[in-house]
Amino acid sequence: MSLIEVSNVSAGYGGTPILNGVNLAIESTDIGVIVGPNGAGKSTTLKAIFGLLRVSEGAVLLNGRDITNAEADKLVPMGLSFVPQEFNVFTSMTVEENLEMGAFVRRDDFSDTLASVYEMFPPLKEKRRQKAGELSGGQRQMVAMGRALMSQPKLLLLDEPSAGLSPRYMLEIFEQVIKINKSGVGILMVEQNARQALEFASKGFVLAGGKNRFTGSGRELLDDPEVAQSFLGG
Amino acid sequence: MNELIFFVNKVLVSGTVLGSIYALGAVGVTLIFGILRFAHFAHGDMMTMGAFVTFVLASIAASMGIQTFWPTGFIVLPFAMAIAAGLALGIDRAFYQPLRQRGAKPVTLLIASIGVTLMIQGLIRLFWGVEARSFFANEPKDLIRIEVPFEGVRPIVISEPQILLIVTTVIAVVALHLFLTRSRLGKGMRAMADNADLAKVSGINTRQVIRATWVIAGGLACMAGTMLALDVTLKPDLAFNIVLPIFAAAIVGGLGQAYGAIAGGFLIGFAETMAVFNWSILLRPFRQSWPDWLPFPADLSLVPTEYKLTVAFVILVVVLLVRPTGIFKGAST
Repeated sequence: MSLIEVSNVSAGYGGTPILNGVNLAIESTDIGVIVGPNGAGKSTTLKAIFGLLRVSEGAVLLNGRDITNAEADKLVPMGLSFVPQEFNVFTSMTVEENLEMGAFVRRDDFSDTLASVYEMFPPLKEKRRQKAGELSGGQRQMVAMGRALMSQPKLLLLDEPSAGLSPRYMLEIFEQVIKINKSGVGILMVEQNARQALEFASKGFVLAGGKNRFTGSGRELLDDPEVAQSFLGG
Repeated sequence: MNELIFFVNKVLVSGTVLGSIYALGAVGVTLIFGILRFAHFAHGDMMTMGAFVTFVLASIAASMGIQTFWPTGFIVLPFAMAIAAGLALGIDRAFYQPLRQRGAKPVTLLIASIGVTLMIQGLIRLFWGVEARSFFANEPKDLIRIEVPFEGVRPIVISEPQILLIVTTVIAVVALHLFLTRSRLGKGMRAMADNADLAKVSGINTRQVIRATWVIAGGLACMAGTMLALDVTLKPDLAFNIVLPIFAAAIVGGLGQAYGAIAGGFLIGFAETMAVFNWSILLRPFRQSWPDWLPFPADLSLVPTEYKLTVAFVILVVVLLVRPTGIFKGAST
């Protein structure tokens, strides 16, 4: 039984479905990376898992439990966290309030988790009384990831965490992703910087046209001449 | 000196009273807009409805022979606020929630709220008729005279309901501030007003936040309506007539911004009272030394009293031209 299992999922925003039978499975030790051309349904897959758009066919299982089309406020307490690509911080609230909102579903004392998030992203501790909207892009991404970690997820869904970041910040975010994974959190991410991400991915999924095209370890996909040719720019 | 006291009575006291009522109403409008993204046109009538709830409770209390040092309408206010909050929740459940679940556009909800306006006013007229009523039919409305330490000078006059209104507004604003900045649900409310999609993704129970919004908006509307009715009289169109300055206050303060709405309420309240104030009264002490060639002005008010409402619009237009998102940078949609 996998941590998350997406089997044969079709989904869309009404009208023609964007996903046409996507399959993937992730363990808590995995970093899964979804790559593929624009419009392949990468972000849509994450949104379908998180119940943000209607799954018309197939099923999503979290630890064997059916969570297909469940609402976000039910999924977060079950151990699922999602970091959207855009608008992923509460700009008018302070950094610390943003993190507290990540812990909204928790009724216990979360000061330990808060401390560990600050330890992971030291710049946030310095700026914890500052409004998140005043931070740089890289620091906002840290706030967004920190917020998602506050609910102590078992699986973290990241939608293009390095989008729009400088290479230095990108590497820092990737390092943190690996560290989060080592602490026992499964990762499933969509990434434009496919080569760099597949370097450390334990599972890679190439999507095209809303379907799986290739599945393998990150290394396998990087070494596959066809994948490299068609999807990784040669 | 008498002229200055007149100014205090007419502008400071009236402006604070009017500003408090606008502020309490505008906070509800701005919170509902921030969370549900529609202009709740029926807010004025929610205020009137709250005032009638208080009136009924006060009548019951009076018939039970309860009489205290304070106006009865004020004593029963907390209970009336609780009932009004429940009614606000009921109105949402019955009229707005079904539309939201069908994915209705904000303009549809706005039209629905105009329907709720007509319904509330109709129900009030059906049960209580159209005449004006007073909370002080059976008890005195105390006037408090604050003597100033000058010979032969008139005292500052403020009525008991006006003092209570100002004090309760301050308490309500402080309580609201603490709720929004300290409590889990209050922060969740700010988060949802900031970014509803992200609030949902974070696991914030948006249905609970919506309920809290109606409880607060309904409770504060009841408070404002009751205070207005205590200050003047209770009639079916009591607060419908001031729904436009209330919206102006919310927009001027920046829609979705609770503190902006409070500031906007006082800004509009003071602007209205100052615009209708006859400023020539302040010139009277200089009448002796007034130059002969200049006629002494008899009326220096900016607008006649009956055009008071236009002041809110002038301010609204100016703010929208100069700073379209309002003083406190609210939502632009």
